[in-house]
Amino acid sequence: MLTIKNLHANVEGKEILKGIDLEINTGEVHAIMGPNGSGKSTLANVLAGNGGYEVTAGEIRFEGKNLLELDPEDRAREGMFLAFQYPVEIPGVSNATFLKTAINEVRKYHGKPELTPKEFLDLMRDKSKILGMDENLISRSVNVGFSGGEKKRNEIFQLLMMNPKLALLDETDSGLDIDALKIVSNGVNIFKNKNNAVLVVTHYQRLLNYIVPDFVHVLYKGKIIKTGTKELALELEDKGYDWIKPDLIEAETA
Amino acid sequence: MNELEENTAQELSDDMKILDEHIDSEYKWGFVTDIESESAPKGLSEEIVRFISAKKHEPVWMTDWRLKAFRHWKKMEEPHWSNVHYPPIDYQDISYYSAPKSKPQLNSLDEVDPELLKTFEKLGIPLEEQKILSGVAVDAVFDSVSVATTFKETLKEKGIIFCSISEAIQEHPEIVKKYLGSVVPYTDNYYAALNSAVFSDGSFVFIPKGVRCPMELSTYFRINAQETGQFERTLIIAEESAYVSYLEGCTAPIRDNNQLHAAVVELVVLDDAEIKYSTVQNWYPGDKEGRGGIYNFVTKRGACRGKNSKISWTQVETGSAITWKYPSCILQGDNSIGEFYSVAVTNNYQQADTGTKMIHIGKNTRSTVISKGISAGNSNNSYRGLVRVGKNAIGARNFTQCDSMLMSDKCGANTFPYIEVENDSAKVEHEATTSKVGEDQIFYLNQRGISTEDAVNMIVNGFCKEVFNELPMEFAVEAQKLLAISLEGSVG
Ligand SMILES: Nc1ncnc2c1ncn2[C@@H]1O[C@H](COP(=O)(O)OP(=O)(O)O)[C@@H](O)[C@H]1O
Ligand SMILES: [Mg+2]
Repeated sequence: MLTIKNLHANVEGKEILKGIDLEINTGEVHAIMGPNGSGKSTLANVLAGNGGYEVTAGEIRFEGKNLLELDPEDRAREGMFLAFQYPVEIPGVSNATFLKTAINEVRKYHGKPELTPKEFLDLMRDKSKILGMDENLISRSVNVGFSGGEKKRNEIFQLLMMNPKLALLDETDSGLDIDALKIVSNGVNIFKNKNNAVLVVTHYQRLLNYIVPDFVHVLYKGKIIKTGTKELALELEDKGYDWIKPDLIEAETA
Repeated sequence: MNELEENTAQELSDDMKILDEHIDSEYKWGFVTDIESESAPKGLSEEIVRFISAKKHEPVWMTDWRLKAFRHWKKMEEPHWSNVHYPPIDYQDISYYSAPKSKPQLNSLDEVDPELLKTFEKLGIPLEEQKILSGVAVDAVFDSVSVATTFKETLKEKGIIFCSISEAIQEHPEIVKKYLGSVVPYTDNYYAALNSAVFSDGSFVFIPKGVRCPMELSTYFRINAQETGQFERTLIIAEESAYVSYLEGCTAPIRDNNQLHAAVVELVVLDDAEIKYSTVQNWYPGDKEGRGGIYNFVTKRGACRGKNSKISWTQVETGSAITWKYPSCILQGDNSIGEFYSVAVTNNYQQADTGTKMIHIGKNTRSTVISKGISAGNSNNSYRGLVRVGKNAIGARNFTQCDSMLMSDKCGANTFPYIEVENDSAKVEHEATTSKVGEDQIFYLNQRGISTEDAVNMIVNGFCKEVFNELPMEFAVEAQKLLAISLEGSVG
C-alpha cells in the first residue's frame, strides 16, 4: 500500500528526515516510536503533503501512485488520512458541514454520488456512538472550545466517517485519560480491517496495548534505527531509548 | 428528531440551498418606476436642481427643500477624515440627471464583456436576467411589472405603502414632509446635502400601526439594474408595533458610468416597532489595478424614536472601489435596541471605511456591533465605530466586536473605535481581533479532501457566520457566493 524509499525532508532549511525506508501492506498495523523531536510528526506531515515540509530526496508510492506528485487534497481523496497531533480550530464551520463537504469531495473524486442528508445523518449517528461523542459536539464549530481529549476523539470520529485506506495517527493518545484512550483505541480497531492499514505514531507504549501493532519501528534523529514486533515496544517502555541509540552505543564502544 | 438532528438537518438544508443554483424568488419583486427622460447637462447649479424637480413634477415644498439643501451644500467642504484615498472629484463634471436607460442596448449576450458573463455564471443568474443586467434587449416574456402589481395589491390590503420616493412625494406628501430629512437633515454632511439637492429616486416604505409586513420588501434592484440611481433616497417608517424586513441589494456586479454614488437612507421606528434592514452591496470595484470602480459614499441612519423600538442593520459589502458608510442608530426611546452586523470584503485596490454609530439617548438602551472585515490583495479595510452614551441614558449597554481577517501580506486592516460615555451606569465593551487565514487551517481542510479554494471559502464563511445568520436565507446564500467570487485566488 505504502512504500517509502530513502526519504529525506527539510523543515525551514534544516534536515529532519535523513533517509527513511518503510513498507506498509494492507491489513497491517505499524507503530513508529521515538523520543520527542525525532521526526515522527514530520514524517506524518510529509506523507500528508504539508507544504511547510520540503522533500529533498527519496520517493513515496501510495497505492501504486507517486504520492509526491499529488496535492494534499488528492492524497486525502486517494485514501490517506492524518489524525493530527494538534487538530486545528475552524471557527464558524460546524463539524457537520465540514465532514459532509469532506466526504462528498472524496466521493466526487471517485465518481460516486454525494450522500443524501439522511445517509449522512445515519452515518454520523452511527460513528458518533462508537466514539461516545457528546451529540452537540457535532453541531459545534470544528474543534473550537474542545478540550484536548475531545479534539483527539473528534479526529478518530472523522477517521471513521471518512473510512480511508491508510490512517496516520499522530500521538492520538496524548492528552487522553485511560477511559478515553480505550474508547479511541476501540474506534481505531473498529476501523481496521484486512483492506486498510494503520500507522500509529506515539512515544508511549501504552496505546499499543489497545492498538496492537504488527511492526514497531524506532525513529531517532530522522532515521529508523530498529524495527521489531510488539515486544520491542514493551522493551522500550522498560529500558527507554538509550540502549538502541547508535550514537550512544558508538560512544560506549569507542 | 432530537435537537442534534434538527440542527444538523437545518445545517444540511442550509448547505443544500447554497448549492442550489436557483436564485430567483419572490423577495426580489418590488416596483418598477417608469421615467422617460433625457439627461441634464453636466454641472450643478440652482437651475439644475430646479430642472430635476420639474422633471419629476414635484410640488413647491419639495423644490424648496432641494434648493435649501443645495445652498447649504455649496457652503460645505468635502470631508477628508476617512482612511480612503482618491483623486479629487470634480462636482461640476457630473451629470445630475440622466435618462434611466443610460446603458447601451446590445443585441445579444455575445456582445457583453466575457468577464462579466463568467461572474454571472458563477452566481447562477438565469440567462434572461443576465441579459437585463448587461443591457441586452429582452422580450416581453420577462415582464416584471405584472408580478410587481400583484405584490403591491397584497401590501395594500394591509395598509402598507411601498413605492418609489417620487411616487410617495406625489401620493403621500404629508408623510414624506413629516419624515424626510428628520433623521438625516440636509445639513448633516457633505454627501447627504448633495443627495438632498439632487436625489434621483429611491424607495418609500410606510408600515402602519400594528402591522407586520407579511413579506420581505426589496428594491428589486437586481432586475432593475439599468435604473439604479446615482443618488438614491430611501425612507422607511414603522409606526407603533409595526415590523418590516427590508432588503437592499444588487448581487450581480453592477457597472455604472456614474462613478460617484451618494445615497441616503432614513429609518424611523416608533414605540415597540422594528425595522430590519439588510444590504448586499456589490457595486463594480474597478479592475485588478483599481481603475474605474464606484465611489460609494452613503449616509444611513435610523431613529429609534419610540420605547422598546429596534433597528437592525445587516450589511455585506463586497463591491465599490471606495466605500464610505456608517449605518447608525439613534436610540432615543427607552429600552430601544440598535444592532449592526457587517461583513466588509476588500480585494485588489479596494478601500473601505465603514462602521456604525450607536447613539444612546434613552434609558436602558442597548446596542450590539459585530463587524467582520476581510482584506485581500492590496486593499485597505477600516472599521470606524462610535458609541456615545448620553447623560440620561441610564443603564445603557453596548457590546462591540470587530474581527479582521487578512488574506495577504500587502493588505491592511484598521479599527478606529470612538467611545464617548457621559454617565457611570453605562456598560461599554469593545473586543477586537486580527487574524491571518491560517496555513494550518487550510492544510487541515486539504487533508480532509477539500481543495484550497473551497477551504478558504469555508474558513471565510465561518468567520462571517454571526453576520450571515442575521441575513434572510436567500440573501445569505447569495452573500456566500459573492464572498467566494470576491476573494477568488486571493490567498497568499
Ligand atoms: N514547523 C516547524 N518549524 C521548525 N522546526 C520544526 C517544525 N516542525 C518540526 N520541527 C523540528 O523538527 C524536529 C522534529 O520534530 P517532529 O517531527 O515534530 O518530532 P516528533 O513528532 O518526533 O516529536 C524537531 O527538532 C522540531 O523542532
Ligand atoms: Mg510529534
